[in-house]
Amino acid sequence: MTSTEIAHRVDARGLSCPLPIVRTAMAVKDLPSGSLVEVLATDPGSVKDFTAWSRTTGHRLLNSSVTDGVYRFVLIRK
Amino acid sequence: MTATITPPRAMLPPSLLEGLDDPDTLVETEPDTAVPAKTNELLIICESGDLERMWATTILASGAAASGWNVNVFFTFWGFFPLVKPGVRITGTNWMQRMLAVMNRPGIDHAKTSKFNFLGMGPWMMKKLAKKNGVAEPRELLEMAQAMGVHLIPCQMSMDMMGIRREDLIDGVEEPVGVATVLEIIASGATPLFI
Repeated sequence: MTSTEIAHRVDARGLSCPLPIVRTAMAVKDLPSGSLVEVLATDPGSVKDFTAWSRTTGHRLLNSSVTDGVYRFVLIRK
Repeated sequence: MTATITPPRAMLPPSLLEGLDDPDTLVETEPDTAVPAKTNELLIICESGDLERMWATTILASGAAASGWNVNVFFTFWGFFPLVKPGVRITGTNWMQRMLAVMNRPGIDHAKTSKFNFLGMGPWMMKKLAKKNGVAEPRELLEMAQAMGVHLIPCQMSMDMMGIRREDLIDGVEEPVGVATVLEIIASGATPLFI
């Protein structure tokens, strides 16, 4: 069951590898399955990293966008 | 899982490319929700203890744990000293072991760089740069790794040789073990890395 509200936001702006995925992994751990999670990051490497991370973990990457140098990822918790 | 994967332009004969606007953008993958059929396993042998290698160890350990891997880090020889808890300055029970701790200050915050150490100037500048770029220090990464369930395994032989006691080590480390346990972890399918 997927909710339509963002259940959790991870602000990883200004953080470098591996913190964006580490922070996100720690944040989603206690969320119920199907929760929507939004991640903000400024690390350009996070674009590929979040794609790979979602494939490895099974969390679904719904959307990935960039505005003014800030990357935004929306994920559904597995 | 539904996936439409278009080969890169270079792999296609030119005749097939005609009429296609941009074949490179046709790639569309639906994440495979059934991916983690088996748990990936990693075993890092942390041997060097140099700052840049401690960084590699802790980044890989925390990143792998964040990606759902089961991670073990085996701390041995020079790599053993970073497991000593902050505040413990001198380890060892005889003069040689103590001398070792004097020359090679224990604790992950005191790791030296293998190049340009310059009595600590190198690591200080490196950490300054790291902070400026939002890179966590090895100690912080190790704490996150521990919080995500990474197994920190001390080497019994290093512990005895350097005269380091269980109470000198940071909280949450596993029972000290030897080579047979490390080999068993590798044999069970863990990817081994020697850092």
